Amino acid sequence: MSRGQNWTHALADGAVNDVVPSVITADCTLGDDTARIVTVVPDPRSPFHRAREGEVGLREGLALAEAVTGVVVADGRLPDGRRRPIVAVVDLPSQAYGRVEELLGIHHALAAAVDAYATARTAGHPVISLIVGRALSGGLLAHGLQANQILALDDPGVVIHAMHKQAAAKVTLRTVAELDELAKRFPPLSYDVNDWAKLGLCDELLRVENAGEPTEGDTVKVRNALAAAVVRARKGPRDLSNRLNSPGALKTRAASRRIHEELAKQWG
Amino acid sequence: MTVTEWESLLDRTSFIELDARERAKALLDEGTARELCGPFDRIESPWLEPQGVVPQSDDGVVVVKGSLDGQRAVVIGIEQAFQGGGIGEVSGVKIAAGLSLAARDSRDGAPTAAVLLLETGGVRLQEANLGLATVAEVCAAVLELRALQPVVGVIAGALGCFGGVSIAAGLCTKLIMTAEGRLGLDGPEVIESEAGIAEFDASDHPLIWSIDGGTQRVRTGLADALVLDDVSALRTAVVEAVRQGVPAEHRSRRIGQLRASLEAVDLDHPPAPSALAAVWAKPTPPKGDPG
Repeated sequence: MSRGQNWTHALADGAVNDVVPSVITADCTLGDDTARIVTVVPDPRSPFHRAREGEVGLREGLALAEAVTGVVVADGRLPDGRRRPIVAVVDLPSQAYGRVEELLGIHHALAAAVDAYATARTAGHPVISLIVGRALSGGLLAHGLQANQILALDDPGVVIHAMHKQAAAKVTLRTVAELDELAKRFPPLSYDVNDWAKLGLCDELLRVENAGEPTEGDTVKVRNALAAAVVRARKGPRDLSNRLNSPGALKTRAASRRIHEELAKQWG
Repeated sequence: MTVTEWESLLDRTSFIELDARERAKALLDEGTARELCGPFDRIESPWLEPQGVVPQSDDGVVVVKGSLDGQRAVVIGIEQAFQGGGIGEVSGVKIAAGLSLAARDSRDGAPTAAVLLLETGGVRLQEANLGLATVAEVCAAVLELRALQPVVGVIAGALGCFGGVSIAAGLCTKLIMTAEGRLGLDGPEVIESEAGIAEFDASDHPLIWSIDGGTQRVRTGLADALVLDDVSALRTAVVEAVRQGVPAEHRSRRIGQLRASLEAVDLDHPPAPSALAAVWAKPTPPKGDPG
């Protein structure tokens, strides 16, 4: 089983359900809440041959949108503060790179997923991303980056990036060795989750015993961290402004903060 | 071609040949354009120079406030000539912050629409994870403003709109394209490099435009208006899209339609690009519908 599958099963109160074979959901008790977990997992038999290893493709974008929108609609009449947390368990190699994907408009399927997550967040659902494995590129945009809170495991198998290393080297006309060298000096380029955590996007880095196959103790620890993230999300803003005000961002995203200030000043 | 058609062709002023700043000014009402955080403010990317890349003093994004047929608007344009329109920390935040300020004004009783000029390969890899993060912030800001005022996307070409920014395009209230413009998540070179030439031949230009091109995207409902490469035609289309206001349901919320369009396609024998519009035009009964 993939990391995403293992963590979903470990955190689930009961049954794990399929929206489609590559998008699974489960319920997970977090304090007084019952959160809905949503995970993209490999489906070796997917009719989309470029989306068999856990990539976010057309079917996954649609299924994420359906799963998340389903929770928002079901809780639509609940008072503020009672809307269910949504936990995106993230373990995905990328978006699906393929011809049929482009033909049928994969950008649109991913937009539907982004829309659903952002809508849930602004409606008051705490949206928490839990990164347990790879989290790359468009896949992460569709499933992870619209969250109020982002948690990640502190583990070498956790890789968060805009593009995998070989491709990034090719596009920027560098060797992989040069890229590694640059990554040591510039945190945004690094493939190490500890450097990523300095960018201001990470709300907690979690050290566990077995990131691939969580132990009982790992599950308890992560469950507690998720519950704490839900509390923070409910207290915090419903937009993404906390990412610019976090301790990491104060240091790393000085340019972002300057743009916000300066643009507001000149806006008039 | 008749004499009048020739004349109208010669009368055209190409929009594609303009840079981002000129495009923004060409769309806004004469004399109203005011650029914010412009080149003289010199807010550059802090990440490029240390990597041996020459930065640009506007980081490749122009934010221009003004009015559009009398209505308050901000035009935000990505300059394709700088780093392939790649979105870094500063350029991404300029887009997101501009949209959020328009949303703030719209909430405070000064409705402000936005026009996004989208020519980009996606995230700027020299800024990798920060670029990716700001694209997520751009998406969130499009959604914030879209609920209040139209966010009109324009993909005129020549570069097209790819990478994470194509997701933001998918969130726009309306999308206007030319036949030269292209829209897709992964560009042809990236797919060829990841999946091989049998999956996508990046040198096959007719194939690329048959899938990503403006004509196809409008025909299949993934974009709304196909417009000639002409300043006045583009301006008219943008004004019209803003005038139509906020729709009852945005494209990215039509989940049932997305499901139907995926179910309508036989994946063992995917349709030729030219046949896709016809496949999608056929109504498919929802699952479980006895009819």
